[in-house]
Amino acid sequence: MVYSSLIIIVMVLLAGMAISVFILMWSDKRGQYRNVKAGAYVIFDEDEPVGEPQDQTFAKVPPPGGDGGGVPRRSAFGPSSYPEPPPGWRADVDRSVKWPVLAYVGSAVFWLLVGSIFALLASFKFNYPDWLVEDAWLTFGRLRPAHLQTVIFGWLSMVGIGVGTWLWCRLLKTPLRNGGLMLVGCVLWNVGMVIGTIGLLAGFARSIEWVEFPVVAYLIIIAAFLLNNVAFFRTLAHRRVQHLYVSIWYIGASLLWTPILLVTFLLPVYSGVPHATANWWFAHNILGLWLTPAALAAAYYFIPKVTGRPVYSYHLSIIGFWTLALFYNWAGAHHLVGGPPPQWVVTTGIVFSVMMIIPVVVVALNHHMTIVGRFRRVIASPTLRFVVFGAMSYTSVSIQGSLQSLRGWQEVTHFTHYTIAHSHLGVYAFATMIMFGALYYILPRLTGWEWRSSKLIAAHFWLVGMGIGAYVVALTAGGIIQGFAMLNPNVPFLNVVESTKLWLYIRSVSGTLMTLGHFIFAYLVFENIRKGGPQRDAPTLFPLARKRPAVSP
Amino acid sequence: MTRSVILFVGVIAAVLMSYTGLSLLPGLQLFDIEATPGTTDYTFEEARGREVYIRDGCIYCHTQQIRPENFGADIARGWAPRPTKAGDYIHDDPHLLGTSRTGPDLSDIASRQPSWDWHMAHFYNPRAVSPGSVMPAYPFYFDVIEPGAVLASQRTVPLPAEFAPPDGKVVVAKEDVENLYAYLMALRVEPLDAAE
Repeated sequence: MVYSSLIIIVMVLLAGMAISVFILMWSDKRGQYRNVKAGAYVIFDEDEPVGEPQDQTFAKVPPPGGDGGGVPRRSAFGPSSYPEPPPGWRADVDRSVKWPVLAYVGSAVFWLLVGSIFALLASFKFNYPDWLVEDAWLTFGRLRPAHLQTVIFGWLSMVGIGVGTWLWCRLLKTPLRNGGLMLVGCVLWNVGMVIGTIGLLAGFARSIEWVEFPVVAYLIIIAAFLLNNVAFFRTLAHRRVQHLYVSIWYIGASLLWTPILLVTFLLPVYSGVPHATANWWFAHNILGLWLTPAALAAAYYFIPKVTGRPVYSYHLSIIGFWTLALFYNWAGAHHLVGGPPPQWVVTTGIVFSVMMIIPVVVVALNHHMTIVGRFRRVIASPTLRFVVFGAMSYTSVSIQGSLQSLRGWQEVTHFTHYTIAHSHLGVYAFATMIMFGALYYILPRLTGWEWRSSKLIAAHFWLVGMGIGAYVVALTAGGIIQGFAMLNPNVPFLNVVESTKLWLYIRSVSGTLMTLGHFIFAYLVFENIRKGGPQRDAPTLFPLARKRPAVSP
Repeated sequence: MTRSVILFVGVIAAVLMSYTGLSLLPGLQLFDIEATPGTTDYTFEEARGREVYIRDGCIYCHTQQIRPENFGADIARGWAPRPTKAGDYIHDDPHLLGTSRTGPDLSDIASRQPSWDWHMAHFYNPRAVSPGSVMPAYPFYFDVIEPGAVLASQRTVPLPAEFAPPDGKVVVAKEDVENLYAYLMALRVEPLDAAE
């Protein structure tokens, strides 16, 4: 019985691949990929032409010539069935997304602070294991999943939706439809987060990594997600662009992927070892198919936009997208190297993890070549500083991920603090930093108010930048030492524990720096929304840009 | 790309393929495996203890999986007599394989450390029996009472003087930690015959 089902499933898989190849060939034949280069120019037009860095919020100097800086004409994509956006569409679009985006971003920042506090408590408990032990809800085994869940489903998911909404409407050049549904979704999402967090701390945790909340919390979050999707896809139906920019692919795909991930994994059909393989399929995909696409979508928009230079190779961005879509979701099984699942499952995970080198190198090359020669902008612009930091971390974390999935590497680092360093390099140094950068660009456009202080932005950048740097270095070093000690059966286990203590202290210190940075950021967001501080008519850039003309017009 | 439908059908197909491959196929392959000899379903008490293990997040520092002999030092460390197999886990819902070894693996803890006294002292304060441990203390698993108030059904937890509560009070285990202990004593990896 089992073998006949296996054969059926394998045939479905093969049919699926055949269909995918057929669709690719068909779309190529129908010209879906023609004039690829022109796609990179769709984010520029007369108001925001190629060659003009777009960090200026208020300084609206019309560019000389006004021919759009060599923007290819719309006919590059063949006859268009979509209406032209009217002049001044950016202001309309920003008005339409203002409250949904602010609601999501505000909630996200709240959960970032909550998650940081959980993180700090959990980290200091390694250094002082007899601290705060009287109450069950403050025990390490509850604070740690509370940290993970609040930063993933509270901070990064909600800020991703906020940033994604803004990008979505701006790239489709049309106002948000059903913004009210998104507000309802935001309220529901927060309700889910509160129920989940309190439930987890109160003793209803499930110990299934990355889905520790009680199930009801996810049901509420899925409902919120689907409400958002109504708004997203109704807006897409009213698009006023013919070509869908690469950021739209990433966001659109992740909006479809994530509910599928949540629903399929919450089905009560797994137990034992298959539960573990499903668990890591899910958990790795929340990273790869939800957080990563949102952050890459932002990087693909902000790097070209702030430098004023189209993406180096739009061809590469297409390859990068499809290889990510086809490879990333198979990689999760590398979390089970050396474990009890069938070897073919683990090997498949390793093979696809290594194949991830292709999309990563492609994206890295593309971003690097877009930015090369414009490093002065990176220093001057808050947005670009954070986004480029994130994009560089994406390259490092992914290359590291590909290599460390190999059995020889896993033998040392699996089960150690090294893994924690790796996950923070991805979720924090990559995804979170890009989201910070995106918010520095987006919020002033929504509130009509510039950031209060470039000094505080700089403090935020250096605190979190140095914090995450020290964090990753310390836990990587500590994890490798711990791993080699554990491989030697003559080292007593308590000596292995001893070898990690110094690094765990450094982790607590760097976590404190990052948390300080988050409070500064939260203050800046608060001040921006309530329009605190001096009124500016120029962007809040870092001092370098004020001393010299940033770019010649 | 100008057609959103093609794009979105493609990406959904991609994720459903990997779901089939990594979530459904292993389930089908292992659908009718048998429990390894010595693996039995949890008793009521053990299952209650497993809930405590889940609720208080033991999984975040302890694995329940033994790597093969030529991969890591699990067996050389004496953590278990053999690598664990899928048949060891068929009663586990949810799975508790774990990903971190801040503490040692617990697959075979019942054979390695069966002592009630040791485990209770360790839960009350890990430093009482494992100097240098970073495991949190779990005082909320215990009642600290007057020696005269100990019931006949209760055992006091033996503790070194420096970890014992002041004023001559004694420590007795609550039901949660008794169940947790019962669960730990169900974690056992039986050696298999050479034929296996």
